[in-house]
Amino acid sequence: MFTIIEGGGERPVDARVEDGRVRLSADALREALGWELHDGTLCNDTMCVPLPAGSRLGEAGAAFVGVSAGERAQTLGSLIAPDFTLSDLAGRPHMLSSYRGRKVFMVAWASW
Amino acid sequence: MWQALYDELRDLRFVVIAIALDKSADDARPWIEKAAPTYPVLIDTQHVVADLYNIVNVPTALWIDERGRIVRPNDVVFGTDTFKHITNLESARPLAAVRAWARGETSGFAASETRGLQTLPTALDQQARAEFGLAEWLARHGARDAAERHFVRAGELAPHDFTIRRGSMPIRGIDPMGPQFREMLQAWVGGGRPYYRPLPDTRG
Repeated sequence: MFTIIEGGGERPVDARVEDGRVRLSADALREALGWELHDGTLCNDTMCVPLPAGSRLGEAGAAFVGVSAGERAQTLGSLIAPDFTLSDLAGRPHMLSSYRGRKVFMVAWASW
Repeated sequence: MWQALYDELRDLRFVVIAIALDKSADDARPWIEKAAPTYPVLIDTQHVVADLYNIVNVPTALWIDERGRIVRPNDVVFGTDTFKHITNLESARPLAAVRAWARGETSGFAASETRGLQTLPTALDQQARAEFGLAEWLARHGARDAAERHFVRAGELAPHDFTIRRGSMPIRGIDPMGPQFREMLQAWVGGGRPYYRPLPDTRG
């Protein structure tokens, strides 16, 4: 089993690593990443791209699906605060957008 | 750390949301339990918020208005002067600015100013976050050696990202206050690069 790590979550998919390439079944590709294969082209809801020559090696059976700099820049440039849900110490989930109507002073910190 | 500020301003439809970029809830727990905050403190072990907002160090603060718009982008704000002797950054002025904003005396930056002050991620930043994300997963699943390779690679791709370089130290069994951190900081600052770069004040 192979694991896709994305957006703070992870899910197992039907895939294997061969010669440093991750091979996903067409079903796994659609389920995990929302892309479909048509005549050597990968398509999702908004675009089609030629099939990449090879995926990055998913060491120890996992791959991280990141978001491109362009997409991040576009989102941040819109100035609409990207939404997220994270839990507090008690395990209670909080969604940023549920604080609409209040001014939010958001501060990232760490014990380190 | 932010409790006094929150107590003072909460009736003005103001909230503090703190995000702990820690390797586990247990790492953040002693700090949270000691502070006993009544505002939300959320645990972000996978650096979801760091990725979404291009946060590269802590503390990093943003202002988000009632409509969910960023009106002051990523800035370094300390709640106390505990680290002033190291950072040269004092807390009084930025906290006064937050108060003025909460009271409606200032509305933060205009959209064009905010955009001008934002630091947007590069392709290398995002690649580094992917390496970190994979490394964090590998470490969590006991693949220590593989995780280490990806943590190192992440730090090479984004040497300015302390959430990756210093934030990964506790996961890797390295003391984040120890010699390796001091060496890293010295090399960084010694190269003429600032550890923290505060934004200008908002106009009243």
